Amino acid sequence: MAKTPEFEIPPFRTELENPALVEGAMAHCQPFIAAPEHNTDLGFPGELVDNWEMKAVEKLGDLLNKNRALRVYLDSCVKCGACTDKCHYFIGTGDPKNMPVARQDLLRSVYRRYFTLAGKIAPGLVGAKDMTKDVLDDWYKYFHQCSQCRRCAVFCPYGIDTAEISMAARDIMDHIGLGTKYNNEILGKVHKIGNNLGLPENALINTMEGLEEDVEDETGITVRFPVDKKGADVLLVTPSADFFAEPHVDGLIGYAKVFHQAGINWTVSSHASEAANFAMFIGSYEQMHKVAQRIRQAALDLGVKRVIFGECGHAWRVAYSFLNTLAGPWDFLDPKYPKPQHILEVTYDLIQRGAINLDASANDDKVLTFHDSCNVARATRMGDVEGGQFIIPREVIKASVNKFVDMNPDTTHEKTFCCGGGGGLLTDDLMELRIKGALPRMEALKDVVDNHGVTHMAAICAICKSQFAKVMPYYGFPMDMIVSVHQLVSDAILLGTKE
Amino acid sequence: MAYEVNGKSFESDEEGYLIDIGSWNEELADLIAKDEEIDMTDEHWEVVNFLREYYNEYQIAPAVRVLVKAVKKKLGADKGSNKYLYELFPYGPAKQACKIAGLPKPTGCV
Repeated sequence: MAKTPEFEIPPFRTELENPALVEGAMAHCQPFIAAPEHNTDLGFPGELVDNWEMKAVEKLGDLLNKNRALRVYLDSCVKCGACTDKCHYFIGTGDPKNMPVARQDLLRSVYRRYFTLAGKIAPGLVGAKDMTKDVLDDWYKYFHQCSQCRRCAVFCPYGIDTAEISMAARDIMDHIGLGTKYNNEILGKVHKIGNNLGLPENALINTMEGLEEDVEDETGITVRFPVDKKGADVLLVTPSADFFAEPHVDGLIGYAKVFHQAGINWTVSSHASEAANFAMFIGSYEQMHKVAQRIRQAALDLGVKRVIFGECGHAWRVAYSFLNTLAGPWDFLDPKYPKPQHILEVTYDLIQRGAINLDASANDDKVLTFHDSCNVARATRMGDVEGGQFIIPREVIKASVNKFVDMNPDTTHEKTFCCGGGGGLLTDDLMELRIKGALPRMEALKDVVDNHGVTHMAAICAICKSQFAKVMPYYGFPMDMIVSVHQLVSDAILLGTKE
Repeated sequence: MAYEVNGKSFESDEEGYLIDIGSWNEELADLIAKDEEIDMTDEHWEVVNFLREYYNEYQIAPAVRVLVKAVKKKLGADKGSNKYLYELFPYGPAKQACKIAGLPKPTGCV
């Protein structure tokens, strides 16, 4: 924490009551607008175009034709109220426009005005609104106060997915020249350099060599961290934060130790040195496709047989749910393995088969809990049983640590709360939103800290890890309380002891 | 936005990161540090100078771990920790120290 924040950190609630409504509480909060070059690098207009009102409506029409689900979401809300108190940003800010239904209505009102008969004839009666500057301003603010975590959709009796609505709104805004600096600058870096960080090949190689030295210093064992190794069996695609940030890099060391101990011949690619695909956050299928193609290219160039994803939440959604349509067919990969596979599936399988051995007492100084990352929890699976995405990370943690406690079940599994920084909002210009949005997770954490002596929380998403490291101190928790799951594996794995 | 040093103006982005990294000088670094409520000590300068050296070679700031290792080498084992770097740069060594060093902000999930 540098400067004292100019806003109040929300206090922990005693009865988990709903916040008092404060109209416009977050009306001042919006991310930096992209510079023209950030937009044009992605093929979007540099600045707000002439006649943007009609162009926005046209784009909405285009999306409605392509995406039937979007039309259903916009048509089917009955205002039952089930979603209203389910959003972490609403809970943390009390701004009624952060109720999922109100957020949806920002787009729904425009949809009704231009695409429904009632809205065309009697807009005032059906909550239909013209596409005006005020509406656009609200879109820019409040569709960037949605982390697309989809918790509200779990509780909606109609299954309306606010994330899809927020993605559509962001896509429309990009198409009229109103993008965010954070997301669009990052996507530009992926196209130019290969990752979100802008980490060039020589820096990547230097970083990986440094990790080799560190592990050798610590363990006396040479564990390789290969880059662009042709003929490797496995291409590891991991978030670039794993090369750069704490505690992410400790997770990367864990993956490398697992591969080493299991005798798996692996590499990362400098061309596809990024698992993240921020194009999902801005709702751009074209960009998502372009980013995903880098992985296909790298897999072909290196001649690998398997593709494995590191700890990254939304990347696993893109990989698990969309990779085949975005960058398939993957017929050149080994059919014996899932295409693609998650690093946790790999580690779990090796543990089950006794191919790696873990000494959980190495982590006896810790009591762990686990934060389910929203995209993994609500949009993917791991392994071949229902709920595997909840079971496998916990089983890997329990194999690495003796003491594990789950948080309140209303805040885990499919009901997990977002860390507060997902969906393209992990930027300093949204710090107030990020801190306030972390409230429900911080409350659940406080409960297990106070009542069960939890010392650490593990996560499997680069955004979650960075977000928690940044916001936890505001709630009285040390920043190093957040750890990577493979950091625990790294501490517990027995190297060089194979039978 | 812009910084003013000795009547000369240095353009920065919305968050105070210098636009032209080549225009950086030590007086400017002092001014940026002041804006960040940091009093530059020799230890701060060691970090800032290392960041600039690394950037010149690799066109990116070093990973936190690399920075910790370098600080350990230069300032001693007791100071070779992420925690110590946060004591120097409370908003995070990567972002705050980069700003003072006139380097672009690391982007992505960091």
